[in-house]
Amino acid sequence: MNNLSTALSKVKGLGSARTGTTHFWHQRLTALMLIPLVLWFGFSIAAMPVDHATLTGWVAHPAVTIALILLILSAFYHTQLGIQVVIEDYVSTHLTRTISIIIINFLCLLFAIIGVVAVLKITLGS
Amino acid sequence: MTPHSKMPLSPHLQIYRLPLSALLSVIHRATGVVLGLGALALVLVLAAAANSAGTYAEIYQHLDTWYGQIFLLGLTFSLYLHFCNGIRHLFWDVGLGFELDTVDRTAKLAIFAAIVFTGATWLVAANMAG
Repeated sequence: MNNLSTALSKVKGLGSARTGTTHFWHQRLTALMLIPLVLWFGFSIAAMPVDHATLTGWVAHPAVTIALILLILSAFYHTQLGIQVVIEDYVSTHLTRTISIIIINFLCLLFAIIGVVAVLKITLGS
Repeated sequence: MTPHSKMPLSPHLQIYRLPLSALLSVIHRATGVVLGLGALALVLVLAAAANSAGTYAEIYQHLDTWYGQIFLLGLTFSLYLHFCNGIRHLFWDVGLGFELDTVDRTAKLAIFAAIVFTGATWLVAANMAG
């Protein structure tokens, strides 16, 4: 027998989603990316005056622009993957769980885009 | 409820002392959720700064209060605790550090390192401010 799924699971169409370990793996990849980014960001922010001119001047530096966008994208992807696991573990109603995950997906995407646009606006517009 | 429900349950959550590692596992999730809010705060500050110096000043004046400072201190510590414990998870992912005494030692190390990182970041910031 090649197919290990039961007749019932075949009928319900709830077999392998064919994504396997992707969620787990992307959580780890973003974690690795965030190691240098978090240390750089934490100490950079601490080490400068926080007035508007200094902040925007810092953001507009090309290397900082790139690193900040990387930080925003990996942080929100990591957040989305992580909160999805928390929801899957603690929200037991199927409908509520699905809706919560969809909302978290949309919110993380939305705020990641707002962050990237803000960084680009500061860099290109000022 | 059947008479069986009078029998002791295991683990009895009211009297069961969570091992440090289990406690840190719960804290890892909690700090993860807090950091999601932190990422949101970062985006709001960037969006305000992109909008105008005035909008930025409006947000910044809240960060300069006692509650803003407590928020930032909590965020910094959450960040470094999640960071250090996350590295501990990455070691587990490649199969290292599963011996019980090692698990306990790395738990304490992660908490200690998070305190050191938080202190160092705030020292740098305090140096800058004053």
